[in-house]
Amino acid sequence: MFGNFDFQAIVRGWHALIFEGLAFTLEVTFLAMIGGTILGTVLAMMRLSSIKPLAWFSGAYVNLLRSVPLVMVIFWFYFMAPYIGAWIIGAERPVQVGAFASALITFILFEACYYCEIMRAGIQSIPAGQANAGYALGFSYWQVMRLVILPQAFRNMLPVLLTQTIVLFQDVSLVYIISLPDFVTIASKIAQRDNRLVEMYLFVAVVYFALCLALSYVVRRLRARLTIIR
Amino acid sequence: MEKDEKTDEKAPPMILLDKVGKHYGNFRVLSGCSMQVAKGEVVVVCGPSGSGKSTLIKCVNGLEPFQEGEIFVNGVSVGAASTDLSKLRSHVGMVFQNFELFPHMTILENLTIAQIKVIKRDKAEAEQRAVELLHRVGLRIHATRFPGQLSGGQQQRVAIARALAMDPICMLFDEPTSALDPEMISEVLDVMTELAQDGMTMMCVTHEMGFAKRVAHRVAFIDQGEIVEDVSKDEFFDHPRSERAAQFLSRILHH
Amino acid sequence: MNYNWNWGIFLEASPDGTGSYLYTLFLGTRWTIAVSLTAWVAALVMGGVVGTLTTLPRRGWAMLGDAYIEFFRNIPLLVQMFLWFFVVPEIVPEAIGTWMKQTPNSSFWTAVVALAFFTSTRIAVQFRAGILSQARGQMMAAQALGMTLTQSYCYVILPMAFRIILPPLTSEFMNILKNSSVAMAVGLMELTAQTRAMQEFSFQVFEAFTVSTIIYIVINMVIVFGMRRLERWLAVPGFSFDRGAEADLRGGA
Repeated sequence: MFGNFDFQAIVRGWHALIFEGLAFTLEVTFLAMIGGTILGTVLAMMRLSSIKPLAWFSGAYVNLLRSVPLVMVIFWFYFMAPYIGAWIIGAERPVQVGAFASALITFILFEACYYCEIMRAGIQSIPAGQANAGYALGFSYWQVMRLVILPQAFRNMLPVLLTQTIVLFQDVSLVYIISLPDFVTIASKIAQRDNRLVEMYLFVAVVYFALCLALSYVVRRLRARLTIIR
Repeated sequence: MEKDEKTDEKAPPMILLDKVGKHYGNFRVLSGCSMQVAKGEVVVVCGPSGSGKSTLIKCVNGLEPFQEGEIFVNGVSVGAASTDLSKLRSHVGMVFQNFELFPHMTILENLTIAQIKVIKRDKAEAEQRAVELLHRVGLRIHATRFPGQLSGGQQQRVAIARALAMDPICMLFDEPTSALDPEMISEVLDVMTELAQDGMTMMCVTHEMGFAKRVAHRVAFIDQGEIVEDVSKDEFFDHPRSERAAQFLSRILHH
Repeated sequence: MNYNWNWGIFLEASPDGTGSYLYTLFLGTRWTIAVSLTAWVAALVMGGVVGTLTTLPRRGWAMLGDAYIEFFRNIPLLVQMFLWFFVVPEIVPEAIGTWMKQTPNSSFWTAVVALAFFTSTRIAVQFRAGILSQARGQMMAAQALGMTLTQSYCYVILPMAFRIILPPLTSEFMNILKNSSVAMAVGLMELTAQTRAMQEFSFQVFEAFTVSTIIYIVINMVIVFGMRRLERWLAVPGFSFDRGAEADLRGGA
């Protein structure tokens, strides 16, 4: 069964696997989490805004991206990015967009939809009295949001936001489909070059499992702590 | 379990609790609880909230496990590993504080499901018995409705009928009126009173002292997991022996 | 922008000789629906069983259920597909491995198995929440009537749990549909893969992706519509679900 399991295959590819592949995946995950949360919060505020066109735009954007497969979205941005880039700088021909930037933009724009829904629930979970109390103190809309509503919403939703980040971390693996150099792509390249599929894919699975399990443990601890304080 | 029709002095008690104790870790819920309910007797169990009375009544049909002492229902030990608890419970009716009707079944189905699945009556017989009992609690016209469409008082009457449909040898009531709006309490107590007058053996955890005065034979007072007093109704209301029972009574009667 | 639009491309013959490009997208849609439906049914059954296990008053079963959930939800779907496709046939006894590799439509079955295991963990978590939300009261009421543990689950707990989790089940169905596109990585010619192929042969990127995106949205709408019908059909008169409980189900992942 595991008689010819070649542990050396992993050792040989160690540097590329960890310092190129996994590093790429973690960087994209981390930056997309930050970017996605910010964009998602803005989208959530738009969605709950009394200005109808803003609410409508945000709703349409979120619902559209949520009903399309992520693989499809990755392709869309992959093919569209050169044209959009050309349009922005006014170039005649489509411009090349780097692998990292392309992946990052895709995940920020996509995951923002999911972060938006979480932040929307978070904002709505804060009683209306809180906003009224803020306005009664003479705060503007932005002050009420920044000083009263968002800090509470963010804190209440922190476990859910982090759970979504675990999903994001797993989702990044899908850039394999356009051959960006993430953890899975690098592993599969080594696997095919050395003909060591079993070793490589098991290694990838173990690493993902360990990291996700650790993160979900953190989320659980956090959830328990937040419940006590509340 | 055979029904013993003789009511002479030697008949074993329907419910017998012998030094029952229960704890969660270091936290004591019940200690040394002993009491009896004879056949045809109505016993009201009362006490301040958190005194363990609800836990005690759930021990009687084994819904709550206990670590010390023994409980016998009609001579069968509840705590013994060899006892078929499902079979025992099918003879012991129970009514809960929150009704616990099954929300996805009609009223009629709520009354027939256990008759059909547990004591294997055929459907027609079960339905006939159900309709009879719904008539008795005054809810026959609601047979095809769902629990969510009934008021709390109506739901609790259905719950009593559901327990009676199994032809129980005794009935356990766990605060049957505590979750009800005040105007619905009497309709449930009326059904219970009628049941007591028909000679049903009943153990009732309740704060309804009017009901206790009217129908109970005996009253047990429980505080901090101990049965402080277990006396006849008149004695309890006229001359409570313990300080705690007296305090409880003055608080509940003069509020 | 200098992109040459050509919507007529869909009626042109695809180079693989099966018919027009539109027809190849239709074939892809058929695989997408087949994979999604099969995997959803399997995930529902597996998730129901595992979710129920985790609520049983038997420690061993509950731990087994928890381990299953942690294992299959903490590995990305793509990696799980690779495991089923490349790794499992190599590490099982040789006869079984050979059979797995030679089974017709092996990429279809790989996708179904991987999607079913992956999604069943999420359904299991929702089932568990649905069961626990009924508190201990319903369980006690059933047992007080003399029902055994099995009877209590079959007649009382599970029918209500299923109704409670119908709304989240809708989004799981939509997730399976979306996730089925990952199967292109193990060579299944489902809708996304066919779209990609059309783009490679015809160079009409945006026409191809516009049409398949619309197809996905339409299937999504059909699912939402169908599940609403099912919800209404199974609705219990006079019973409204606690909104708070529903929010807990969502956050329970």
